[in-house]
Amino acid sequence: MEKVLEVKDLHVSFKTYGGEVKAVRGVTFDLHKGETLAIVGESGCGKSVTSQSIMRLIPEPPGRFDGGSIVFKEKDLTKLKDSEMRKIRGSDISMIFQDPMTALNPTLTIGDQLTEGILQHMNLSKEQAKKVAVQMLDLVGIPSPQVRLKQYPHQFSGGMRQRIVIAMALVCQPEVLIADEPTTALDVTIQAQILELFRDIQKKTGVSIILITHDLGVVAQVADRIAVMYAGKIVETGTRREVFYNPQHPYTKGLLNSVPRLDVDGAELIPIAGTPPDLFSPPVGCPFTARCPYAMEVCDKVYPSATKLSDSHGVDCWLQDERAQKLLANR
Amino acid sequence: MLHYILKRLGSMAVTLLVIITLTFFLMHSIPGSPFNEERATSEAVQKNLESFYHLDEPLYVQYFIYLKSVATFDFGPSIKKSSQTVNEMLGRGFPVSFELGMITLIVAIFSGILLGIIAALRHNGLIDYLAMTVAVVGISVPNFVMATLLIQQLAVTWGILPVATWTSPKHMILPTLALATGPMAIIARLTRSSMLEVMTQDYIRTAKAKGLSPVKIVFKHALKNALLPVVTILGSLAASILTGTFVIEKIFAIPGMGKYFVESINQRDYPVIMGTTIFYSTVLIMMLFLVDLAYGILDPRIKLHKKEGK
Ligand SMILES: Nc1ncnc2c1ncn2[C@@H]1O[C@H](COP(=O)(O)OP(=O)(O)OP(=O)(O)O)[C@@H](O)[C@H]1O
Ligand code: SF4
Ligand SMILES: [Mg+2]
Repeated sequence: MEKVLEVKDLHVSFKTYGGEVKAVRGVTFDLHKGETLAIVGESGCGKSVTSQSIMRLIPEPPGRFDGGSIVFKEKDLTKLKDSEMRKIRGSDISMIFQDPMTALNPTLTIGDQLTEGILQHMNLSKEQAKKVAVQMLDLVGIPSPQVRLKQYPHQFSGGMRQRIVIAMALVCQPEVLIADEPTTALDVTIQAQILELFRDIQKKTGVSIILITHDLGVVAQVADRIAVMYAGKIVETGTRREVFYNPQHPYTKGLLNSVPRLDVDGAELIPIAGTPPDLFSPPVGCPFTARCPYAMEVCDKVYPSATKLSDSHGVDCWLQDERAQKLLANR
Repeated sequence: MLHYILKRLGSMAVTLLVIITLTFFLMHSIPGSPFNEERATSEAVQKNLESFYHLDEPLYVQYFIYLKSVATFDFGPSIKKSSQTVNEMLGRGFPVSFELGMITLIVAIFSGILLGIIAALRHNGLIDYLAMTVAVVGISVPNFVMATLLIQQLAVTWGILPVATWTSPKHMILPTLALATGPMAIIARLTRSSMLEVMTQDYIRTAKAKGLSPVKIVFKHALKNALLPVVTILGSLAASILTGTFVIEKIFAIPGMGKYFVESINQRDYPVIMGTTIFYSTVLIMMLFLVDLAYGILDPRIKLHKKEGK
């Protein structure tokens, strides 16, 4: 599989009045061409910070990039100058944010907001840019796009606005699309339509998507691979099949047990007890220790190293550590 | 749009009528009359004068006579300067006052907005603190004090600018500065806080995610939204500049309308009081109207014509 994006050991922190929040503490993952990678996890685990770091949209200050690399097309994005990064934003890598009601500028027409990205990155005339914009609106399913271009955001419903936001993100045919909770603010039927749109667009354009959500239902519908995040780290990655049917990290298991499932009869809903550790002084060991039913003495003291269970499946948990496996085998 | 404008013009006419009526009766309720000075005039002359200006008629009759002449845009003759009509006085004074007011407004708006933007972009930096200190001073120092200080420093001590009058562009600098500082400071502060707020909005993040340059983000995406609150206070700023012109014209001996207005009240020159008041009111009402129009153009969510069926 061809990799389009490689994030390695990413560290990001925020200076706040209460101290330094270590929001992202060594996140590593790859994004393959044409796939949808879902990043899931509880609120505050660092999903948005991770995705905004890729776009270099973390406000500094209070944010600070503390290390790691983000390689896109053989370039380390963390090392680019602002002007070089601007060429990538919106053209090679695009982003969609959670709330479509506030993501569009209320005082500019849709057409203006759609074409400005095109004019910024592509060598096209205003007329040509308008044509592209019309095509884009058509692609995301906005009827009579010619007329709609002249309208303002308040003249559209929430679902329509999210379609426009998606059109805006795709307008320069990016290779990577990062969608941070793109359906959370929408009602369920609209949600389903938007997810359908994502699949449709991916089929047509081959764009790689990073989908951030805490809705496992959404993940089950569209993700090819899943990265589970907890307290600023990715604790388990795998294909959708691996994570849903063979979860190995106790946190992943807990997450799956806490949502209703249609495929398992009589499954009980068990919420994960406790809360995530605070990230001002994150634990040195496994951050899940306090909530983990399998926690051992070592868990609290040393962070488990990454264990590969298959080519695509990896987990950070002492239970899966090779040494534990060996001990079991030798018994 | 046309519907809205017509409706507004209608309500403006009503407002003006109320102002005329109130001013008329209030003015006549001030003790004294144009003719009771120390200088003794014979009874007969007094009578003649009063009858010439209809002052011997009952008040309500005077009121209707006055309305009739106003309806034909005739503000009548001045009582005190009998060789002049009020229209002539306005015709002479207005261009000067208008010039002073407009230059001040333009200077205040542009420098205020610019200062506000710079302060916001250098948020909590040295420039920000400097700009806001200047703004606080500008707001708290009244324009007549500012005028005196400016004259003292720039005209008297350094001698680089003329002390008074309104004869060349060089003469215009001090009065405009004195009058503009307050409004400029208010605009600067408002622009700054509004800009700071807008820069944290989601759509600014969207604009950044598109790879737009900082200049584009500020001037295309942020400024228009940040200026909406500024536009709303423009009406009241115009009013304060208008009243400021009385004082500034007096201090700098500028031959504008303010001079006639103040003199006319002291002398109970009824037609001049009425004429200048009506004129000032009209200007102000027009300003407020223009501000509303501008707001409608800046913010597409505000529909000036009939309600949108939604
Ligand atoms: N601008 C900021 N200033 C201070 N702390 C921040 C800032 N942005 C994020 N954080 C902190 O970073 C941590 C991770 O936040 P992030 O927004 O990435 O969470 P998330 O996984 O996206 O959660 P959610 O599901 O609620 O969106 C949180 O603890 C948050 O408090
Ligand atoms: S490392 Fe230990 S505490 Fe952490 S998830 Fe695995 S078993 Fe639980
Ligand atoms: Mg988030």
